[in-house]
Amino acid sequence: MNAIIVSGLLGVIMMFSGIVLKNRSAITNLAAIGLLLLLIANILGTYGICTISINTHNMLRFEKFGMFFNSIAFAATLLYVLLSGRDLERTGVNTGEYYALIFFVLCGVSILSSFNGLLMLFLGIEILSIPLYILTGADKRNLRSNEASLKYFLMGSFSTGIMLMGITLIYGATGYFDLGHSPVVPSTGEQRATFLEVAGILLLFASMCFKVSAAPFHFWTPDVYDGAPSVFTSFMATVVKASGFIAFVRLFDRHGNELGPGPTWSLLLGFVIIATLLVGNITAVFQQSVKRMLAYSSIAQAGFMLFALYGNNDLAKEGILLYSVAYCLATIGIFAILIRMNDYTFDGFNGLAKTQPVLAITNTVFLLSLAGIPLTAGFFAKYYMLASAVKAGASLWLVIVAVIFAAVSVYYYFRVIQAMYFKDGDPATAPIGTGFKAMLILMAALIILFGIFPSMVLGAFYF
Amino acid sequence: MPIQYYIYLCLTLFTIGIVGVLTRRNAIIVFMCIELMLNAVNLLLVAFSKMHHGAALVKDATSSVGIEGQLFVFFIMVVAAAEVSVGLAIIVMLYRNTHSVDINFLNRLKN
Repeated sequence: MNAIIVSGLLGVIMMFSGIVLKNRSAITNLAAIGLLLLLIANILGTYGICTISINTHNMLRFEKFGMFFNSIAFAATLLYVLLSGRDLERTGVNTGEYYALIFFVLCGVSILSSFNGLLMLFLGIEILSIPLYILTGADKRNLRSNEASLKYFLMGSFSTGIMLMGITLIYGATGYFDLGHSPVVPSTGEQRATFLEVAGILLLFASMCFKVSAAPFHFWTPDVYDGAPSVFTSFMATVVKASGFIAFVRLFDRHGNELGPGPTWSLLLGFVIIATLLVGNITAVFQQSVKRMLAYSSIAQAGFMLFALYGNNDLAKEGILLYSVAYCLATIGIFAILIRMNDYTFDGFNGLAKTQPVLAITNTVFLLSLAGIPLTAGFFAKYYMLASAVKAGASLWLVIVAVIFAAVSVYYYFRVIQAMYFKDGDPATAPIGTGFKAMLILMAALIILFGIFPSMVLGAFYF
Repeated sequence: MPIQYYIYLCLTLFTIGIVGVLTRRNAIIVFMCIELMLNAVNLLLVAFSKMHHGAALVKDATSSVGIEGQLFVFFIMVVAAAEVSVGLAIIVMLYRNTHSVDINFLNRLKN
């Protein structure tokens, strides 16, 4: 409860901060302090210390899993603001409003991590998406940003329409705005969904796939991520995407077998996972722009995160939390470096190791973590995902295909490392301060720390 | 009236909306088709709500079952209004820069 209220209030405060504070960096500092407060309020809320408690009539359910994810999302946003706050100020003149929208997105994140029932799921998704449409078009004079914004908006509201139709059909069939209320067959005593409910669940599944950019509903992702201002792409690709997965996992937690008897659900998911991995990895190989490559790589990472849905057990829940941490840290770091580069192509990174050794070494750690190399957090994240699927009885072929695609991903991540270390060039970068370097080193250190002791994240989860 | 009629009507409206989104090239018309989809859902929700309410009334004359369906409709209306304000702002922003609301124009990002 704390997280939802505090993030909403902070959003309103940030909206008015532009009137009081004329200095842009003061607004960034205010946002960082606000995020710290939000994080503390959420941690207090996790241990039952609530400032305000409201009877939500069972529409929200606060449990450890969601609350802990809130902490991860808020901490990642705090790191993001500390790293890229200066670049965010340069996007346009409305710095206070950008932060206000980010806080409203975080309000959506905390609703998505605690919804109980489809009404709150719908509201959470919308509170999350609508500010993002605006942030995508934040660069008002840039045609690419305009285009990305319109595309994101039209696709997003289209998928909302599909989701609402799914919710309505489920309601019509069962009388509840929730999964798991299928009518009981008198002869066998087991629950069996009617045709109307199966159609509804499929529509809901499709629209959730759309929100987390899983194939075959991924087509908007590269264009939107590429066109949006890089600062906001960084936020969209990390915190927002991870929270989409938390909502997905919580929604289909224990449900899904209602689709039909036998392996229907795992067959459907298996198809989506393989399609997502295939599209994301193979297309990423052919990209010339690092930003666009990262957009496709985020589709590929979504394929791995879908294994949490496949596994649907305790291991999967631990895994998706670990994956969120590893993926958010690494992607925020890479984007922070990318924003400072003048040239977004692979060639733009040529010779970075000579001119900016700290950027090069930390970028290498982030890329290795995304590729899932041992000793980085990304390795254990991928390991937990695959282990949960195996534990849930996944076909060995599915796991082998996933590992092969992880190997493919090494190719395009290493192209950046190769450009930085083994090619000559004089990469032009924006001025880079000591604080920025220190933050990058801190994040790289965290990635290695969680790579050696993944139990630190999971220990905090069970504490 | 049987519930089937409502289902057929709403699915027809919804399909018209989907076809419109997929085929029309004018951003405003696409936007109207999305609104049509949302309103088809609203109509269906109200119909289902009434259906569940009617079924519950037979058992218990003071039942309030089915009220949550109509509650949902209000939420959809509010969210749709918020989406309209943001969406029209985006379309106006695009129009100012390109003097066109044609979606075919949106292919700059493809390569």
